[in-house]
Amino acid sequence: MTTTTRYETVIGLEVHVELHTKTKIFCGCSTSFGAPPNTHTCPICLGHPGVLPVVNRQAVEYAMKAAMALNCEIADVTKFDRKNYFYPDLPKAYQISQYDQPIGKNGWIDIEVNGQTKRIGITRVHLEEDAGKLTHVEGGYASLVDLNRVGTPLIEIVSEPDIRSPEEARAYLEKLRAIMLYCEVSDVKMEEGSLRCDANISLRPWGQEKFGVRAELKNMNSFRSVQRGLEYEEWRQADILDSGGEVVQETRRWDESQGKTLSMRGKEEAHDYRYFPDPDLVRIVIDEEWKARVRASIPELPDARKARYMSEYGLSSYDAGVITASKKLADLFEESLRYTKDAKAAANWIMGDLLGYLNANNLELDDVKLTGQGLGEMIGLIEKGTISGKIAKTVFKAMLETGKLPQQIVEEQGLVQISDEGAIREIVEKVVAANPQSVEDYRSGKEKALGFLVGQVMRETKGKANPALVNQLLVEVLKS
Amino acid sequence: MSISIQDVEHVAKLARLELTEEEKAKYAEQLGAILNYAQKLNELDTENVPPTSHVLPVANVMRDDEPRPSWPIEKVMLNAPDEEDGQFRVPAVLE
Repeated sequence: MTTTTRYETVIGLEVHVELHTKTKIFCGCSTSFGAPPNTHTCPICLGHPGVLPVVNRQAVEYAMKAAMALNCEIADVTKFDRKNYFYPDLPKAYQISQYDQPIGKNGWIDIEVNGQTKRIGITRVHLEEDAGKLTHVEGGYASLVDLNRVGTPLIEIVSEPDIRSPEEARAYLEKLRAIMLYCEVSDVKMEEGSLRCDANISLRPWGQEKFGVRAELKNMNSFRSVQRGLEYEEWRQADILDSGGEVVQETRRWDESQGKTLSMRGKEEAHDYRYFPDPDLVRIVIDEEWKARVRASIPELPDARKARYMSEYGLSSYDAGVITASKKLADLFEESLRYTKDAKAAANWIMGDLLGYLNANNLELDDVKLTGQGLGEMIGLIEKGTISGKIAKTVFKAMLETGKLPQQIVEEQGLVQISDEGAIREIVEKVVAANPQSVEDYRSGKEKALGFLVGQVMRETKGKANPALVNQLLVEVLKS
Repeated sequence: MSISIQDVEHVAKLARLELTEEEKAKYAEQLGAILNYAQKLNELDTENVPPTSHVLPVANVMRDDEPRPSWPIEKVMLNAPDEEDGQFRVPAVLE
C-alpha cells in the first residue's frame, strides 16, 4: 500500500540507546535489569533536595565513543542542562539532558536499501538520564512508580530528515544497532527497551521543497513495528491529503494489536521545557588527548569490515553484509580463519547451516556452542578427506549443540570417512552384483542409474565413504 | 520590561499553579520588577566576556563507574505519600 507515486515521504528518527555502564549516570546505584522495584535508588536518583550529582566518567566516554562511531564532531566543551516537565516517572520534575552543547554533532551513517547505498545525516548525539517506569493498576484507580531506571545513562541520537521510506528507517535503525554493538556501549535490545525509537514523519507532493505537516510517532517496540507504524502513517496522511484535508501536527501512538496509530490526547500544547544549565554539574572539557584515547578504543566498524571481507576473502556483498551485521558472527567467522584458509567455505557454513539452524529454532548465536575453532577445524577435516561434506553436516550440528571440537565428535561417533580403496571396492562390487537392473540401465546410457548406485554405496557405509572415490570406483567396475 | 497577565498564566500553567486574578496581577508586577532589575546587567559591556554556564572555575568533576550501595527499600519509602508493594502510588496516569 505504498503512496510513493503521489507524495514523497520524509522521516527523521530520534533514537535512545541505554549505555551499559555498571552504575547510573549521576550516582553509584546499579543499573542492572530486573531488581525488585525501587531497590536500586538513593537520594540522588530519587531527587531528594540538597543532593549533589556527579557524572560517571564511563558514561561520558561511551557517549563520546558512540558519537565518534557515528562520524560526529566531538565537542571541545560540553555541559548538562535541565529539561523541565512534570511526570510521575521523573521525581526531580526535570531531566538532566544536554541542550545547546551536545557531546557530538554533524555525523552520518551509510545505509543500504535495494542494493543502493545512501548517507543519512545525524544532527546530534547527546547524553541524558533515563526516567522511571510506570505501571497502571488494574481498575485504573492508580499508577505505580518504580524508579530503578531513573538515572540510567542514555544517548539520544537525532537523525536529519533524510530518510525517505519506512524501509530506509528500518535499515537506519539496524545499522545504528550494529554500530552500537561493535562499539560495545550498549546491548541495544529493543524488546528490553535498551534501544527506543520515536519517528517524525510527513508527506509532501513530489518536487515541493517545503516539508509537510508532521506527526510524531511513539511506542514502536521492535524493528518490525517501526516499519509497520511508519507504513500505516504514510497511508493515513496520504489519505487525508488526497481528500483535500490537512494533517494535524500531533503525537501519535502505534498500537501493535490494532495495527494502527492513534492520537495521544493532552499533547496539543507545544512543549515548553525551559532548559537552563544545571548548576550542580560543572562543564566537561574534552581535550585532544582524551578524544584520541577514546577514538583508539573504537574497533573496526561494520562497513569497514564488510569491505575488507569482500576484498580480502572474496565474499559477495550480500554474504559480507549478513556476517558483519552482527559483531559476534563476524568474530566467529574471523576466529575460524585462524584454523582454515578457506574463507568462502567458512562463510558458506555460517550463511547456510548456522543461520539456518538459528532461524529454524528461533535462537541467537549466544544460544549455540559452536566456536570459530570448531568451524575452522571441521573445514580442515573435509579438505583432508577425513569426513565428507555430508558427514560434516552431522558434525556441525553436534558442534552447535555440544561445543565439542570436530575431531572429538568424529572419533566418538565413528564418523571417519572411508577412503580405503580396497574396502570401498568391495562394497561397490557388492552393490553392482545386487542391482543388475541399474547396471544394465547405466550400460545402456542412462547416466541417472549411476547416481542411484552411488546412493546405495553411501547407504551401505552409512554415508562415510569418500564420495569422489565411490564415483571413480563405480565407473571402473561398471566399465570392466 | 513588562510581564503580561498571559505570561503569568503561561508560567503558572507550566508550574501547575492555580492563581486568582488578584495574584496574577500582583505577580505580573513583581516578575516585571525582577526582570527590570536583572536588565541592569545589560548596561555592562560584555563584548569580551565568553558566555558562562557556571560560576565555578572548575571542569571535569567525574566519578568512576563503581557501584555503591543503594538505600534499603524502607528508607526509600519513608517520603512516599502513598505506596503499594514497594512502589510509589500516584493518581492514575493515562496515555
